[in-house]
Formats: sequence, structure tokens, C-alpha cells
Amino acid sequence: MKPSKNNADLLHKQYVHSLKREKRKVRLYQLLIFLLFFTSWEFSSKMKAIDPLLFSSPSKIIDLLFSKLHDGTLMENLSVTLIETIVGFILGTLLGTLLAAILWWSPMVSKVLDPYLVILNAMPKVALGPILIVGLGPGYASIISMGVIISIIITTIVVYTAFREVDSNFLKVLRIFGASRFQCFWEAILPASFPTIISTLKVNVGLSWVGVIVGEFLVSSKGLGYMITYGFQVFDFTLVWLALLVIAVFATVMYQIVAFIERKIVKE
Amino acid sequence: MSFLSVQNIKHSYFTKSTAVAALSDISLEVKEGEFVSFLGPSGCGKTTLLSIISGLIEPTEGRVLLEGQPISLADAKIGYMLQQDYLFPWKTIEENILLGLKLSKRLTEQSKSASLNLLRQIGLIGVETQLPKQLSGGMRQRVALVRTLATEPKLLMLDEPFSALDYQTKLKLEDLISATLKQFNKTAILVTHDISEAISMSDRVLLFSPGPGRLHKVFDIPDVIKNLTPFEARNHELFPEIFQTIWKELESFETFKK
Ligand SMILES: Nc1ncnc2c1ncn2[C@@H]1O[C@H](COP(=O)(O)OP(=O)(O)OP(=O)(O)O)[C@@H](O)[C@H]1O
Ligand SMILES: [Mg+2]
Repeated sequence: MKPSKNNADLLHKQYVHSLKREKRKVRLYQLLIFLLFFTSWEFSSKMKAIDPLLFSSPSKIIDLLFSKLHDGTLMENLSVTLIETIVGFILGTLLGTLLAAILWWSPMVSKVLDPYLVILNAMPKVALGPILIVGLGPGYASIISMGVIISIIITTIVVYTAFREVDSNFLKVLRIFGASRFQCFWEAILPASFPTIISTLKVNVGLSWVGVIVGEFLVSSKGLGYMITYGFQVFDFTLVWLALLVIAVFATVMYQIVAFIERKIVKE
Repeated sequence: MSFLSVQNIKHSYFTKSTAVAALSDISLEVKEGEFVSFLGPSGCGKTTLLSIISGLIEPTEGRVLLEGQPISLADAKIGYMLQQDYLFPWKTIEENILLGLKLSKRLTEQSKSASLNLLRQIGLIGVETQLPKQLSGGMRQRVALVRTLATEPKLLMLDEPFSALDYQTKLKLEDLISATLKQFNKTAILVTHDISEAISMSDRVLLFSPGPGRLHKVFDIPDVIKNLTPFEARNHELFPEIFQTIWKELESFETFKK
């Protein structure tokens, strides 16, 4: 018995070791791609293999990053966009869930609204931008609304589907205990759909970035989206690239935070 | 006046294309403290009848009286254990068993400790803070029973509570449930496919025939067997005889249908 157990231990150790090696290899290649990308960008821009006016170069972008950090304009624009996006996706998820709850509450309402949800979902929501801006004025309200409308309908549809898929026997248990419809919602429907709501949160982070950036394109006064349109207007593409890279970094960070929260909550 | 009175119940399920008759003209009475079993082949409407008695669905015709009053879900006088445990997976065992009391706003220190005591009595110690998925099938079934008993229902209905369990666990749980119900002098209805289970646990066996469901025959279990635990009852000399009688009756309408 003993030797074979030792053998199993040994094999397990080897297996763990090979997993570690593989992971290190993956990380190494990822780093290589990163370095290769930026160095070849830098060099081809220096050698004028690509148009330096349009593509700028990493060194220029970093220079600009420091000067923008120094004069505070980057932080200002970044915080505006971050706040708009966070408020947008949280509101989009909450309002979408609320709408889904209303649909669940009244089967009649859900039947009546069904075709309208389909239309609204199919429609490209960013096209509503100009109307929102005129209606709500060029400011936070209209930009946040862009972030909200882009995610709210899809959230409603996904969460409502999750509500309806909750096993009706849980509701039977509650109704036998004399539970009201609200208690049924609160004790069974909502907690059973929590994983779905959290995962729509993850999708909505991405959607809200789109809505907010497009909103800032249109309003043109503050934010990373504004930095992009401004850079475009004055033909300063280094500024455009800087804004793009900052967006990429913060969109990823935000997505990872939500994914982390999801793992915490869904794992229980 | 009997404790539970089921009067001329008829029920049909309607779909767009058909109306399925599930129950036809069922009348029965249950006395306080009595344990009756509903026995019958699959699809004869046992679950439908329990749903009607509990008030979960309205019968097409007929009425159900509990202590002379029409039943209503809002009174929460009935405990109903479904065909599976349906413990809420995101609630701890304690939250699960206190759910009924919480919903009917009867959760006090006293009722809470009574429920937790019941959990201990039924052999589940130190599981309060665990989640249902950490428990075995038999343990979950017991938790579901405690959850049902915690609100002190006047009538307890069990829909095939043992069908998903292994034979040994099932025999043990039969004894446990039987003893617990006797202790609290509970009126109970047990639905089952299993003739032995029906005989060993109950005072009366109501045999249902399918297509559409009707009450076929009633068997009174003799006192000598009634007073034994289910396990002892199975080994009693009269047991095979009763089993044969009910078996023949079941056979008669099963072959008749063909
Ligand atoms: N929601 C429903 N809609 C339509 N028909 C139904 C519905 N529920 C049950 N039925 C039909 O009613 C009849 C009785 O069903 P029921 O579930 O009451 O039987 P059962 O005796 O409990 O069966 P089992 O022993 O398999 O649990 C069956 O023919 C079934 O097909
Ligand atoms: Mg059934």
C-alpha cells in the first residue's frame, strides 16, 4: 500500500508543478506580446513606417500622460467619465431589475409590453443621444441617461427571464406558509435570480462605457470622450491615444472588480 | 362535524386544446388526530387532491372544510411537504426552518427555540448554520419536516416524502415521523405509491383509481397494527394479509384498464 501512495503523492506533485510551469509560460508570452506591441509601435512610428501624426507613439503618449497628470486635466476628465459610467451601469442594472419585477408582478403588463421590449431591444440606443441631450440639457444627466438606456432593456429581458425560471415549487412552499406576493418575490424570486443579476452587472459595465463615451462625444465639454473629440478636432492624435489607453485600463479594472464581487457573492 | 371534510371535489386541468379530468367527485372525511394514506398509481390525481385541500388550487367543483371553515391559504393552518424537500439553497438550515414563522409574523424567542429543539429531537445536531447542500438527502428531508411542523399546522400533508431515499433511511424516517406526529397528536395525510408504507404508517388507507381519479376503496387498519411503530408493523403476522387484499384491489383496476 505504502509505495503506491507515495507514488500517487509524487505524481500529484508533478502535476501541480507542470500546472505552475504552464502558467508561467503563458504569463511570459503575454508579457512578450505586450512589449513587442509597444516597442514595434514606437519604432515604426520613429522610422515613419506608420504615419506618426495619426498613430503617435508610446513615448509621446507617456510624455503627454505626465503633463496631463501634472496640470490635473487628466484626473478631472477621468473622474467625470468614471462617475458617469459607474452611476450609469448601477442605475441601468437597478432600473432594469425593477422593470423586470414589475413585469413579473403583473403577467398582464408583461404580455402587453412584450412587443415593445423587443422593439426597444433591437433599436440602437445611442441613436437616441441627440434627443436626450436636447431634452435633459448637455450635462451629467443626459450622459448618464445614455449609459442607462443602453443597458436597461437588455437587463430587463435577461432578469425577467431569470425570474420566470425560478422553480414554482419554491413559491408553493411560501404560499402554504401564507406568504404575500411581495414576500414570494423577496424570499424566493429575487435571491434565486441574484447570480443572473450580478452577471448582467458585468455585461452592463461594458455597455455603459459605450453609452457614456458616445454621450461625451455629443456633449463635448468634459470627460475622456470629450478628450477624444477634442484631440480629433485639433488633430492631436496623441491625446486621442492617451484617452483610449486610459479607457482600456479603467474599463478592464472596473470589469475585474465586478467579476471579483460576482465570485464572492455567487460562491457564498 | 369532522375535522377535515372534502365534499364532491371535481377537478379538470385546462389547456388550449384539451380539458384533462384529473379528479371526479371525491368526498372524504378525516378525523382529528387520524393518520390516513392516499394510495394509488401514478397520475391518479393524488398531488392534485393535496393541492386542492391545501388551497393552492381552486377545484372546478366542490369544497373543502377544515374545522367547518372553508380553507384559505392566508390562515396557514395546513402544513404541506412537497414531493421534494425544496429547502431554499441560499438560506441556512435555521433560516429555512424558521421561514414559516417569519412569514406569518409569529417568530418569537419562544417559537424559535421550540423549532430548534424539534430539529435536535429529530436527530439533527449542529447543522443550524449549514446550508442545505451540505446535508444528505435524508437529513434534508428531516429539515423539511421540521420546517413544516414549526408553524404548528393543524393538518399535515406529506407527498411521497420518502420516495427519493434509500430503503434503510426510509424505514428509519418512517418510524421517526410516525413517532413525532403521535407525540404532537397531529392529523396527517400521507401520499404514497408504496402499499407497505401506507399500511405500516396509517390508521386508514384510501385507495384511488385513475382516469379520472376517484376514491376506489377505504381500508381500515386493525388496531393491533395501528399501535405498532411502522417497522414493527411490517413484521406483524397480519401484515401480509392486508397487503394481499390491497394488492388485489390495485391489480383489479389496473388490469381492468387494459
Ligand atoms: N398542471 C397541470 N396541467 C395539466 N394537467 C395536469 C397538471 N398537473 C397534473 N395534471 C394531470 O392530472 C393528472 C393527475 O396528476 P397528479 O400529479 O395529481 O397525479 P399523482 O397521483 O400525484 O401522480 P404521481 O404519483 O406520479 O405523483 C395526471 O393525468 C396529470 O397529467
Ligand atoms: Mg404526485
